[in-house]
Amino acid sequence: MALCLTAVCLVCAAILGVTYAATKAPIEAAAAAEAQASIAKVLPDGGEISEEIASDAEGVEGYYVQTSEEGAVTAYAVKSSTGGFGGLLTLMVGVLPDGTVYNTSVLAHSETPGLGAKCTEEKSAFREQWKGFAGVLSVKKDGGDVDAITASTITSRAYTKAVAQAVALVKSMEE
Amino acid sequence: MSKFSLITKGLLKENPTFVLVLGMCPTLATTTSAMNGLEMGLATMFVLILSNIVISLIAPVVPDKVHIPVYIVVIATFVTVLQLLMQALVPDVYKTLGLFIPLIVVNCIILGRAEAFANKNGVWDSALDGIGIGIGFTLSLTVIGIVREILGSGAIFGWKFITGDGMLAFVMAPGAFIVLGYLMVLFNKIAKK
Amino acid sequence: MEYLLIIISAIFVNNIVLAQFLGICPFLGVSNKLSTAGGMSLAVCFVITLATVVTYLINQYLLVPFGLTFLQTIAFILVIAALVQMVEIVLKKVSPSLYLALGIFLPLITTNCAVLGVAINVVTKEFTFGDAAHMLGLGEATVYAFATSLGYGLAMVLFAGIREHLALNEVPKAFKGLPIALISVGIMALAFLGFSGIV
Repeated sequence: MALCLTAVCLVCAAILGVTYAATKAPIEAAAAAEAQASIAKVLPDGGEISEEIASDAEGVEGYYVQTSEEGAVTAYAVKSSTGGFGGLLTLMVGVLPDGTVYNTSVLAHSETPGLGAKCTEEKSAFREQWKGFAGVLSVKKDGGDVDAITASTITSRAYTKAVAQAVALVKSMEE
Repeated sequence: MSKFSLITKGLLKENPTFVLVLGMCPTLATTTSAMNGLEMGLATMFVLILSNIVISLIAPVVPDKVHIPVYIVVIATFVTVLQLLMQALVPDVYKTLGLFIPLIVVNCIILGRAEAFANKNGVWDSALDGIGIGIGFTLSLTVIGIVREILGSGAIFGWKFITGDGMLAFVMAPGAFIVLGYLMVLFNKIAKK
Repeated sequence: MEYLLIIISAIFVNNIVLAQFLGICPFLGVSNKLSTAGGMSLAVCFVITLATVVTYLINQYLLVPFGLTFLQTIAFILVIAALVQMVEIVLKKVSPSLYLALGIFLPLITTNCAVLGVAINVVTKEFTFGDAAHMLGLGEATVYAFATSLGYGLAMVLFAGIREHLALNEVPKAFKGLPIALISVGIMALAFLGFSGIV
């Protein structure tokens, strides 16, 4: 009885060990490619992107610096998160050195499908407004320049806050 | 039972979702769209076929007292293999289905087929049984996914045919229960005739 | 404050049955009568809390240090199966009356995906507290597991109450049994949707 269980466990462990060894590299490659793609999406084309730099600024986990061939800083990609409607909302925000937003993308969210989750639709008016955004970083209801998603003020506020955190970090570094 | 009916019984007579009512958690949780339902069904089928084959092979030599732990180890091994393969090959799908991939371990369909079929039948028959039940499960999940996607987001397999939103409740939790309930009624009506 | 957030979120907002779809099989299976539903809830509560603590420790001190986190699924299910068996044996010796009350439900709990689901969630998911999120510590994980199982009990007992009334009513033939039960759960879930966004 014990022998049988041991044998089964040994065989299974061997199968798992082999699979793990075989899939380890592709899994890491997939994760790295995804991280790269999410950074490249929010930054201007070209230039060298640094490794992730940790940050202890509010809501910012880390950021990446993009430099041109001459070594000048051309943009920052900031991983910024804040509490949304259903959980944490994490964005990748591309910010130019003067504090203008270049582009944004959603890394993780738990917003309501069909309402707050519309913030993930790339071609929507809400997302398009962020390209080159340099106005006041709060939703229009609160006196700012951001058009909120209909019926999803809380998500829009969170999105705006996450962008504002990223911009604040870049501005503090540029000073 | 003929080889052919081994495969077709999963569609109607022993449909795992509508007749046996097994594996309800992934059925309800992952059918927010037709594609998600299909993917979950295929993932479950992968584990079901492999575990059916292996269990039918080892059943004669496994002492009765430890057969459940042995089966669980076998099933959990295949689930972990599936997890690793999916993370490597289709990371996006793995992310959408999330928690419900490891939870295939406790999907009662798999242990149920091991107990009810694979441990007293040959390898070939067990594999066919796995395919049959797997297809039945996949189809059921896809149908539920299609209905929820049409009602909830006005689309089929991601192809949108209305502008604006559908009835959002159907994409969210309540819609899952309600759609499954009504589909079961429909299935009862059709199957009884 | 954080503990309060965890508790409210686990019981109402992210109710394990009505929002997360875990543990549906026993939820539908034993909710015919209020008394069995109560017994099952107690047993689940006990096992979920215990299993989460044990799997959390195993993950933290065995799997993570040795880089074996890919074995989570297989390790957790074995631990849960062994734990349920042990609880059964201990209960039989220590408190025969409690064993009689919970005994029949215990073997069913191993394949209750709520137990494995909560155990995996706790060690893989970050939880949001206001504007930040972090992995749960042992204390928080215990509170979360306990609150989640209370949510399970709440949904189960409420639903059993509804089903006892349903049994007395004329229901169209094709709707009898599970279909009408599922539709009722759907309406219950709709009501629970009202809690979303409060934490």
